[in-house]
Amino acid sequence: MTENNSQVEKPKKNSVAIFFSEITKGSWLIPVLAIFTGLVIGGLIVMFTTEGMYTSFGEGEVWEGLKIGFGAFTDSFEALFKGSVGDPAKISAALKSGDDLAIRRAFNPFLESLVAATPYIFAGLAVAIAFKCSMFNIGAEGQLYIGAIAATFVGYSVEGLPGYIHVPLALLAGAVGGALWGMVPGWLKAKTGAHEVINTIMMNYVAYRLSEYLLRGPMMREGYSPVSPFIQDSAKLFRFFKDPIRFHLGFFIALGVAWLVWWFLFRTKWGFELRTVGANPKAARYAGMNVPLTMVMAMALAGAMAGLAGANEVMGVNYFLAAAFSSGYGFDAIALALLGKSHPGGVVLAAILFGFLSNGAIKMQVMGIPVDIITIIQALVIIFVAAPAIVRTIYRLKEPEQGDEPLVLAASPGGD
Amino acid sequence: MAENKIRKEVDYISPARRRGMGIFFLLVAIGIWGLFSRTSVSGEITTFMMSTSGTEIQLPGWTFNTVWVLNTLAGVTFVLGIYQLLRGFGKRMNKVLAFVVGIFVFSFLSWATSGQSMNLTGLLRNSLERAVPITLAAFAALIGERSGVTNIAVEGMMLMGAMVATLVGSMTNLWYGVLAAIISGALLAFVHAVLSIKYKTDQIISSTTILIFSTGMTSFFSARFMQNHPELNNPGFFSKIDIPVLADIPVIGEIFFSHSVFVYIMFVLLVVLHYAIFHTRWGLRLRSVGEHPKAADTLGINVIKTRYYAVVLGGMVAGFAGAYFTVGSVGRFDELMTGGKGFIGLAAMIFGNWTPIGSFGAGMLFGFADALANKLAILRIAVPSEILGMVPYLATMIVLAGVVGRGDVPAAINIPYEKE
Repeated sequence: MTENNSQVEKPKKNSVAIFFSEITKGSWLIPVLAIFTGLVIGGLIVMFTTEGMYTSFGEGEVWEGLKIGFGAFTDSFEALFKGSVGDPAKISAALKSGDDLAIRRAFNPFLESLVAATPYIFAGLAVAIAFKCSMFNIGAEGQLYIGAIAATFVGYSVEGLPGYIHVPLALLAGAVGGALWGMVPGWLKAKTGAHEVINTIMMNYVAYRLSEYLLRGPMMREGYSPVSPFIQDSAKLFRFFKDPIRFHLGFFIALGVAWLVWWFLFRTKWGFELRTVGANPKAARYAGMNVPLTMVMAMALAGAMAGLAGANEVMGVNYFLAAAFSSGYGFDAIALALLGKSHPGGVVLAAILFGFLSNGAIKMQVMGIPVDIITIIQALVIIFVAAPAIVRTIYRLKEPEQGDEPLVLAASPGGD
Repeated sequence: MAENKIRKEVDYISPARRRGMGIFFLLVAIGIWGLFSRTSVSGEITTFMMSTSGTEIQLPGWTFNTVWVLNTLAGVTFVLGIYQLLRGFGKRMNKVLAFVVGIFVFSFLSWATSGQSMNLTGLLRNSLERAVPITLAAFAALIGERSGVTNIAVEGMMLMGAMVATLVGSMTNLWYGVLAAIISGALLAFVHAVLSIKYKTDQIISSTTILIFSTGMTSFFSARFMQNHPELNNPGFFSKIDIPVLADIPVIGEIFFSHSVFVYIMFVLLVVLHYAIFHTRWGLRLRSVGEHPKAADTLGINVIKTRYYAVVLGGMVAGFAGAYFTVGSVGRFDELMTGGKGFIGLAAMIFGNWTPIGSFGAGMLFGFADALANKLAILRIAVPSEILGMVPYLATMIVLAGVVGRGDVPAAINIPYEKE
């Protein structure tokens, strides 16, 4: 509820300042402690699954074993840091040598983390917008696929357009595709009361099947099985640096879209209605708001965000669509939205964090630590964010006076 | 929410829905005629074989003239549609709907096999095998939901069960593997229960977390240990057991009585659960806690305890279902090998109206769709298997939208209980 207060107190502040004050004044302590605890437990999991430790234990060398285990703990965080931010030694060496390629390589991990964060921003927004309207969008994954399919199709089939038309057009196609996919569960919820959780899950699977079908049939690249043709050069998002840096315009588009979403949610009548319907549908109806329409709009908007995530991956990174190209952005997005407290600013920060984590994990994989450790850390972080009482118990924090912000969604399955 | 209008609404069929259903039947009839009958070559024969090669008693195949049979079926459906439009089947409408869907599926099969032959027994046997994990997943979710706790983490618990069964099964024996899988499911479910009952975290958020955690954990262990120690990923699997006498019955024996122990346990669970939920005191308490916890509490039922037991029991079934994927069928663990079967299980539960028997029926239906999708690739049919693969999901959405009538959703689902 902090955002409302800050708006009341300082209505004249410019929007950017409010945007930041909302991030900083929120209850940031719990998320930060949740991330910290999640990382530590993740490290412990790595430590306790290190085989060398047990080999030493078996030989009676308990101290040696503990050293090996703790070594794995610290090594994995070192790898995570080097893989996501960059190796300071390499950076300074590259700068000294003055070799262009070496410098690009040295700075690549940091920029690559931002590349990884970009789809997270969009997908996180997809879940957050739905949360704001008290709906649980587990369908970001499916919406992302449909967005990617639409963007890919526009990307390769439309020829002869200049980039400044083709890129927005393909992005728009992605957003519209995702929006249509998101709208269906929203409409079903508004019209029949069918719970959006089940419907979005079902629509995810329909989307997978649809993409498989399209990539093996109508959208197949000549001679390759489940892969689409490459998109036109004019539909590719601008890359700021030469290879191997893939950092592209998508990141800034994502930031812009996040700002737009914030503006929409907190500065427009529709956004206000969306939040009111989310907080209390009955009151919203009483106040004369069109509750069903608002729900459909919220899910369509959420779907559009997820669609943009898919479009972004195709147009900025892969340049074509492959079957099963997304590995669980939809579920990661739920973690993001929870971590960011469903606030666009919070989602952006959480997405950047996840981008760094998932990019750093690739470096950890070289050490024999599977990337899936990141998934485990994400799950732990959500547990701690969703049940703050646990974090408070661990760190002996005081209960807040007005109690926790409820993370319980108002609507129930099958309810009206 | 108005609890008092629930029952009445289920039985009452509005004229609009009656007419809508009638029109749907007519459309099915036209579909059978237009899509199948007219596109079949006249005079061609459909052959359904009834026994696989290798069984002792070989039944003759079942052959008929495709177009002829299709026209008859279209006619029957048409008559049913007209009757539904004019008079209506009343309470039996959904049964007639099931019959019509059955006719449609049979027509589709006949059309697809026209001029070729298909082993119907093999197809049904395959459907049952594919239905087992779906049905078990549905049971797992159902027990929790009946007590008012959603569990969308069934998929994750199954994955965990599958992995743990493989690990423990490789180190000891298969039965310990299954036991460990059940325990792992129970532990995950316990965490879900603590989060959602004690800490009152939203049940969907809590179970999503469990799902993400299990996915990560199983893939992590698989990549860190099982790939470089193949001996940890080689538990073997339960072999087929022929039930004496029954297995020798032609067709029926082959479909039902010659499976691994998992299939039989599923049937046992089906009977036990149905009896326990609808005919015992425990079941009555479970349902009352899921429908109206406050009333149940007033009557002295321990709502919190009942919910804990139900969720953990559900987790145990989910863990067992997971074991089916590894020690019950292929004998090795692969990352994400459950492939969304847990979610289809949820769908089957909804489709089966939160009852064990209904869940099994829906599980069979989805298993059949799955088996058929695989078969179609062999029959070289114009319908892509991916499109057919969408059917269970789309069907669930249609059911959920209330087209077939409002289901018996437990009224208190997803609402944490606050004792006053």
